[in-house]
Amino acid sequence: MSARTEGHAILRGPRAEIDACQLAVEQAMAQHGYGREALFAVRLALEEALVNAIRHGNRHVPDGQVDVQWSVDGDEARFEVHDQGEGFDPDAVPDPTQDDNLEIPSGRGIMLMKAYMSEVEYRGPGNHLSLVYKRSKVA
Amino acid sequence: MTYESSRLRISAVRDVMRIDFVDRDILDEATIRQIGQDIQRKLEPMSAPKVLMCFTVVEHLSSAALGTLITVGSLVKKKGGKLRLAEIRPEILEVFYITKLNKHFNIDESAEAALKAFA
Repeated sequence: MSARTEGHAILRGPRAEIDACQLAVEQAMAQHGYGREALFAVRLALEEALVNAIRHGNRHVPDGQVDVQWSVDGDEARFEVHDQGEGFDPDAVPDPTQDDNLEIPSGRGIMLMKAYMSEVEYRGPGNHLSLVYKRSKVA
Repeated sequence: MTYESSRLRISAVRDVMRIDFVDRDILDEATIRQIGQDIQRKLEPMSAPKVLMCFTVVEHLSSAALGTLITVGSLVKKKGGKLRLAEIRPEILEVFYITKLNKHFNIDESAEAALKAFA
């Protein structure tokens, strides 16, 4: 399989920056032969990760930035997303699939990331997210 | 009669308000907010509305978009109406199953089936 492809972006919030980042990741994955299912999974998970970091992570950080790094090879795609906020406890987010919570409009981002990625880990105080998509996950 | 906003095509099919999404991606926060506002504005004067939302062209949606659907569903319910979702691609349908929102919404394979279910 071809060599690893790496990329890096700094996001300040505008939608165009997220789209550009998603496009670069999609191109890197396509270059390594990932199929439609993988691209869908990563796009969805990365969308949730980036929007959470910008909207929630950096909410109280004036001019906050989100640092995104990715690394793709034939076996896996890895992402590191850092925001500049205080972090949070992901275990404190209520389970949105509980019957009592189904009508709550928010709180589904983390579960979607966990459903579509092979590994999802919040590090430090919760302002550093690591995501991994392993190719073996594809049926 | 058909009403078009930049994000939605809204038409009347008998007594059902059919809403078609125009965008392939429902991800951007501003887009999602606009969709929510447009639908709420249309629902405002209605009582016991029958609403059909068709996802025919939608290829990606985020949890924020799901949130807006839940808000619309709650508003329809509050007004004594009914909401059905239809024409959802398998990848997107999986998102509804993962989040168990398939239990919260009435989902039909086609617009035709949804219209029949309203009758």
